[in-house]
Amino acid sequence: MAAITLDSEMTDMKNSPGPDAVFAAKLAEGVFEIQKCGACGAHVFHPRVICPTCGSADLGWVAPTGRGTIYARTVVRRKPERGGDYNVVLVDLEEGVRMMSRVDGIAHDEIAAGLKVSASIGEGADGGPAVVFRPERGAS
Amino acid sequence: MSLRGKAAIVGAALAGCGEAHGKSAMEITVEAVHGALADAGVSLGDVDAIATCQPLDTLSGLTLAQELGLNPKFTMNNRMGGSSFLSHTLWAAMLLELRLADTVLICYGSNQRTASGKLMTALDLPTYEAPYQPMFPLSSYALAADRHMTQFGTTREQLADVAVAARAWAQKNPEAFIRDPLTREDVIASRLVSDPLRVRDCCLVTDGGGALVMRRAETAKDHPRPPVYLLGGGEGTTHRDISEMPDLTVTGAAQSGATAMKMAGVKPADIDVVQLYDAFTINVILFLEDLGFCKKGEGGAFVENGGIAPGGHLPVNTNGGGLSCVHPGMYGIFTLVEAVRQLRGDAGDRQIDGAELAMAHGNGGVLSSQVTNILGTESTL
Repeated sequence: MAAITLDSEMTDMKNSPGPDAVFAAKLAEGVFEIQKCGACGAHVFHPRVICPTCGSADLGWVAPTGRGTIYARTVVRRKPERGGDYNVVLVDLEEGVRMMSRVDGIAHDEIAAGLKVSASIGEGADGGPAVVFRPERGAS
Repeated sequence: MSLRGKAAIVGAALAGCGEAHGKSAMEITVEAVHGALADAGVSLGDVDAIATCQPLDTLSGLTLAQELGLNPKFTMNNRMGGSSFLSHTLWAAMLLELRLADTVLICYGSNQRTASGKLMTALDLPTYEAPYQPMFPLSSYALAADRHMTQFGTTREQLADVAVAARAWAQKNPEAFIRDPLTREDVIASRLVSDPLRVRDCCLVTDGGGALVMRRAETAKDHPRPPVYLLGGGEGTTHRDISEMPDLTVTGAAQSGATAMKMAGVKPADIDVVQLYDAFTINVILFLEDLGFCKKGEGGAFVENGGIAPGGHLPVNTNGGGLSCVHPGMYGIFTLVEAVRQLRGDAGDRQIDGAELAMAHGNGGVLSSQVTNILGTESTL
């Protein structure tokens, strides 16, 4: 790993909202973007201040393809009167980053590691926008 | 310079395990401290460094100093979850070896069972996980179990056998909270909570506390009971949130265990008795693999059919573990107290004959922090 140098990126950073706020603002506008490191090319999620691969602060925003593969899944068992069961998954995006999410449009028990999914913006548990997934067409 | 054998546990005690009605977490902690000081034959005023970590009181090191009426030279409040106490022993050994302190107290207590009946935590769900409402911390471990089953073919029965073994040990321990018989079928028939984990895959919710007194090896034999020497220690921290864990089948125990065993100059086959933080059944399978007791992916077969139960090929969690003995939120210190009892020969019906070398291993967060201690009797120095 190269030594970290403070460059003009850092100066810009001081006067800008942090990456969490940027991600949330984009999501509120219906845009799902992740970060990409201008120094080493690694994609980054969750949003960070410096690249966890190389330490650079040169992180820009890019649109992922939205395609991913289920890495692991669980189904939280909840009483019907409290809303019923729901799934929680970890998805590996094509860009090489992983995120927690939910898969809609498929029976919980049919979700398994290896399932191909694609991202859209749906609703999270708090009613706010959240990245969710559906099985890719032709895959199930 | 190595810390191997430079410091020893000279006092150990439990307090309030099970249900401690009408007591606060700090009161249970101080009861354990009182017991450990008596066990060590040490005066309260001799304590010059303290270490604790409590779930709700983020300044618990300060609270502890206040409750004990001490003005310590060092107050350690490292917060890594349930593994914290196995890190505290390493810092204690460093302070002792550098002669920055002479008598270090490490302690914990919680009243989570009688106070709330569920895990008490100051943690909020992580920002990028909260929209999906995973059960904290259970769903994180469920995801790890699911991945292990997918990748290695680990079975529902093998997970169950971890809980069955813990119960069989608990039946030999009069202090264990649940001692009723438990079969593989019972575990598999228990309520599903977050697939694949069921109620009997989950640790207990109890009250309880523990405390340890550590001193330099050169004075360790001045105390009433046989010293238990810290031979090695190591840490690993791979993430905080499960969605950030690089590989859900490989924990930081691979690093912490290798570091600890290198320092101690031992290998897994040398260890007589093992205490692993079993918050959920999957933990034990992961840790046995990562600590080198079996190959990656073979943990299920290792624990199957009584492999870690009394009479099996490796005694694991001889007190009954967090699954059947005691689990007051942060279990790490209980792995150390049980290791001390085994190495002193104090473990009654569950005593491992001739135990000289023990491993205690703590887990913090959601498989996030792993800390390993290797402990030994005088004969291992």
